[in-house]
Amino acid sequence: MINEHLPALQVVVPLLAAPICFMIFNNRLSWLFATLVSWLSFAMAILLVMEVRDGTVLHYEFGGWAPPWGIEYKVDILNSYVLLIVTAIAAAVFPYSWKSIQKEIPKSHHRIYLTAMLLCLAGLLGMTITGDAFNLFVLLEISSLSSYTLISLGRDRRALTASFQYLIMGTIGATFILIGIGLLYALTGTLNMADLASRIPALEGSRTLQAAFAFLILGFGLKLAMFPLHLWLPNAYAYAPSAVSAFIGATATKVAIYALLRFLYTIFGSSFSFDYMQVQWLLMPLAIASILFASMVAIFQDGIKRLLAYSSVAQIGYILLGISLVNVTGLTASLLHMFNHALMKGGLFLALGAIAYRVGSTQVKSIAGIGQAMPYTMAAFVVGALSLIGVPLTVGFISKWYLILATLEKGYWPLTVLIIISSLMAVVYTWRIIETAYFQERPAGAAPVTEAPMSLLIPTWIVIFANLYFGINSSLSTDLASRAAIILSGGSLL
Amino acid sequence: MMTLELYNYWVVIFLMMAGFYMLIASNHLIRKIIGLNIFQTSVFMLYISLGKVAGGTAPIAAEGIDTYSNPLPHVLILTAIVVGISTTSLALALVIRIKESYDTVNEDEILEIDRIADEEGSSA
Amino acid sequence: MMGLMPVDLIILALCIPLFTAVGIYLAGNSPNVREGITLGGSLLLFLTIVALTPHILDGERPSFELIEILPGLKLSFTVEPLGMIFALVAATLWPINSLYSIGYMRSNNERKQTRFYIFFAIALSSVMAIAFAGNLLTLFVFYEVLTLSTYPLVTHAGTEKARNAGRVYLGILISTSIGLLLPAIIWVWYLAGTTDFTAGGILTGHISGPLLTVLAALFIFGIGKAAVMPTHRWLPAAMVAPTPVSALLHAVAVVKAGVFSVVKVVAYIFGLDLLITAPGIEWLLYIACFTVVAASIIALQQDNLKKRLAYSTISQLSYVVMGALILAPLSLIGASLHIAVHAFGKITLFFAAGSIYTASKKTNISQLNGIGRRMPWTMAAFSIGALSMIALPPAAGFLSKWYLLLGASQQQQYIAMAVIVMSTLLNAAYFVPIIYAAFLKPEDPDQLIEHKRDHKEAPLPMVIALTITAAATLLIFIFPGLALELAQAVGVPV
Repeated sequence: MINEHLPALQVVVPLLAAPICFMIFNNRLSWLFATLVSWLSFAMAILLVMEVRDGTVLHYEFGGWAPPWGIEYKVDILNSYVLLIVTAIAAAVFPYSWKSIQKEIPKSHHRIYLTAMLLCLAGLLGMTITGDAFNLFVLLEISSLSSYTLISLGRDRRALTASFQYLIMGTIGATFILIGIGLLYALTGTLNMADLASRIPALEGSRTLQAAFAFLILGFGLKLAMFPLHLWLPNAYAYAPSAVSAFIGATATKVAIYALLRFLYTIFGSSFSFDYMQVQWLLMPLAIASILFASMVAIFQDGIKRLLAYSSVAQIGYILLGISLVNVTGLTASLLHMFNHALMKGGLFLALGAIAYRVGSTQVKSIAGIGQAMPYTMAAFVVGALSLIGVPLTVGFISKWYLILATLEKGYWPLTVLIIISSLMAVVYTWRIIETAYFQERPAGAAPVTEAPMSLLIPTWIVIFANLYFGINSSLSTDLASRAAIILSGGSLL
Repeated sequence: MMTLELYNYWVVIFLMMAGFYMLIASNHLIRKIIGLNIFQTSVFMLYISLGKVAGGTAPIAAEGIDTYSNPLPHVLILTAIVVGISTTSLALALVIRIKESYDTVNEDEILEIDRIADEEGSSA
Repeated sequence: MMGLMPVDLIILALCIPLFTAVGIYLAGNSPNVREGITLGGSLLLFLTIVALTPHILDGERPSFELIEILPGLKLSFTVEPLGMIFALVAATLWPINSLYSIGYMRSNNERKQTRFYIFFAIALSSVMAIAFAGNLLTLFVFYEVLTLSTYPLVTHAGTEKARNAGRVYLGILISTSIGLLLPAIIWVWYLAGTTDFTAGGILTGHISGPLLTVLAALFIFGIGKAAVMPTHRWLPAAMVAPTPVSALLHAVAVVKAGVFSVVKVVAYIFGLDLLITAPGIEWLLYIACFTVVAASIIALQQDNLKKRLAYSTISQLSYVVMGALILAPLSLIGASLHIAVHAFGKITLFFAAGSIYTASKKTNISQLNGIGRRMPWTMAAFSIGALSMIALPPAAGFLSKWYLLLGASQQQQYIAMAVIVMSTLLNAAYFVPIIYAAFLKPEDPDQLIEHKRDHKEAPLPMVIALTITAAATLLIFIFPGLALELAQAVGVPV
């Protein structure tokens, strides 16, 4: 049965497709092939979600070696949910890529782009699905190396330095993770996550365990751009090609957050992480700082991509804030925001890519007056911006609603105020863009602009429509998120 | 006694700090990459020394030998070395491209060039 | 139309303005068809609302649910007497205002008229949705839609001045609603598990003491459209809009949506009996009292006619807030009546201001000497509107003030009573001199503006419109039955 092998195929298909994609010598065929692979991945993720939705856990033993000796892939509600996020964004970005890279990447590099995208996708999916700690490191590096390559493909030469900076920071992070995993192995003699989880409670007082914990938090903190380890992110997002910003901006940090959650809850266990190590008191101040600081910086950005990148740092702050509240509602809010933020940032970056395609620049001042010339693109941008602010009927509202409820449940009302204030800051930084596009005249002498081509508009609008759909009918996303949160916190679905 | 017995960890920590220092303190991109390599190598050493069992030999079934070193960390680190090589080669490729477009590999100079370009861009 | 069920009528009332907007868009190229559609749509809406009225008088409370966003959080609509009053006022004045707009927009050769009529229709649709909102969330959503859809109307002129005014307009309305109103709504939901409007309130037993006052303050200041000081600045700013916008939106629809929301929250979320136990609640009343007096004093100093009317509106709006916060059933009737009564009076005044501008291009009060002889209809209507503001019989303003005074004396709120009396005098002080100058002072030849030396009355559609509203102001005083019957049913369980 093909169904049995789904967990493996989910990773193997894009992984094998990557070299094939490079070997197809026709750019267009190569792109068609990559797009089909991304859709296939999406379909597989949907199938997986349907299988595990009721709480069953799928195990897949690689090469038939039983865990803890072999590598095990394991799918439960939480990671099937993350798989869904990653593949959904991929399924929109790949078809979008064709037009977008025509103007942003030289023809000779198109296949490199597609290959790196597929590798990145495979790495992210593998990180999500694997049940083996070392395997997670390897796949993390696959996705990271391919994303360094992707970022360096940007038009501006600063893409090179941004990529180099990200490479240094990312490798430090990954090496920290490697140290953490090594220390865990030294303590327990196993790398299987479930096995680790069963052996760690007995070691609570061990200094080595605490060191491993610290290294892992720091390593994942770097990868997910936790304040003040976020410095690589704004440049990386700002100078990458538009389609890359959309894909990485929507998925990479989410998968790093997933891995953090996996370590905090499943491997170390919530009693060690939150009662013994009290990590929430580290996460909460950092989350608050990143929300306030990054929103403030976003207000003063002249480049829209940079602005959205800083906004991403702030949104990651929301996700960490939800985790640091240590209750089921907070965790649900974080998981929901992983999904919702992927949709809103994905949609915004895609719309921005369409603007870049026609206008040639993504500076705020260069989009003056394009509201009339590109009505559908700008309308998509406006919906995405509303979602970012958290207006009702968009997904942004749903996750903020849960986050605010979680703060109220804990009685931390100053945090409620913080969330509201940062939403207002989001109004300020998105309104600048909207006002410039709609209510300023196109500067005299500027080249005329027309609506973006359909092949950019359709994927953009599909993601934007998802922002509205899951904002109005949120039962699918909230259901999955709350089930995953309950299971992570050690509860039972019954 | 304990301190000396665990000398392998001291080596690891020294290498790690040396590499990390070089990575942060140097403005020269190539030196940064060298620092990164030393930093990664220290972790490889950590794994390899973890696998050593006192008195054990290589894990090959042979007569008269019943203590083996743990081969798993060694295998793992083979993978990590491959990852490290890929990272280094990608970093070097980036440095070549940076050298081509900026004509320098000094981080401060690159930032200065970008800053001047920004000012010209905004005044134009 | 009589054969339709009440629920169908609600849906029709929400959809007709939207279809009208679509029709206007399609007919954008032929002004006559476009204006025909506006008039037809507005008349159809009027008939729909009229058909709905008897059902509400009979004690029916038709209701329907659109979608459920989160468990217990849905978009739903319920018609009750207060919403009926508001809808009736808006639906009655829309056709009249459309007639007036046609005269105004054509005579003044305004730009982008199609856009103007489209957003006008969308604004009306959201007004209907606010009037019929079944819970706080629905109210909030359409409150924001109203803000956003009126923004292009405020900045219609497209000048730098208009854009700056638009920024003030959005800045205050959005920041108060997201910063204060939304947290208040979430708080209510958190306490009561619902935000449905229920006669007698939903918060009894869930909250008491000083927190109750804090919650009430969040609502009063969060509903920035009610223009209680210090959130009033947006209203004078909005006066840069064409006069029909100022007339229907910023004297009726938008501002009434604000005070309507205040009354609705007091009567259907808190309930009078609960709110009266809140310590220090009288301070909110005093702030409303202060707004009444302070806005009147500022109005006295304005020479620009529309600015003076705007400050007069701020003052009159706070009557309604006062009426709600006196917390007596009689004053609640007064507040509900005042929503209707002030609407007819103030729209008459704005119509007059617009027709003076159209006929003579005059905007300042100091230029109006002797204009009554050139424009007798306009100035007669202006006088009736002014009488209603001052609250002298036989104008309708007398009715609502009477109930407000009765309620205040019942609750022994002597400060409120003093404020009502004082403000009556101030109203007289800023309206009577205009009427005196218009009819009795000799015309000043230097004040006649170039090319407009021999102006007569304004175009016929405008004169018809302002005559109708002036007549209505008198008729409500003579036949107050319908308005009074609805007002008496506000907040009373069926």
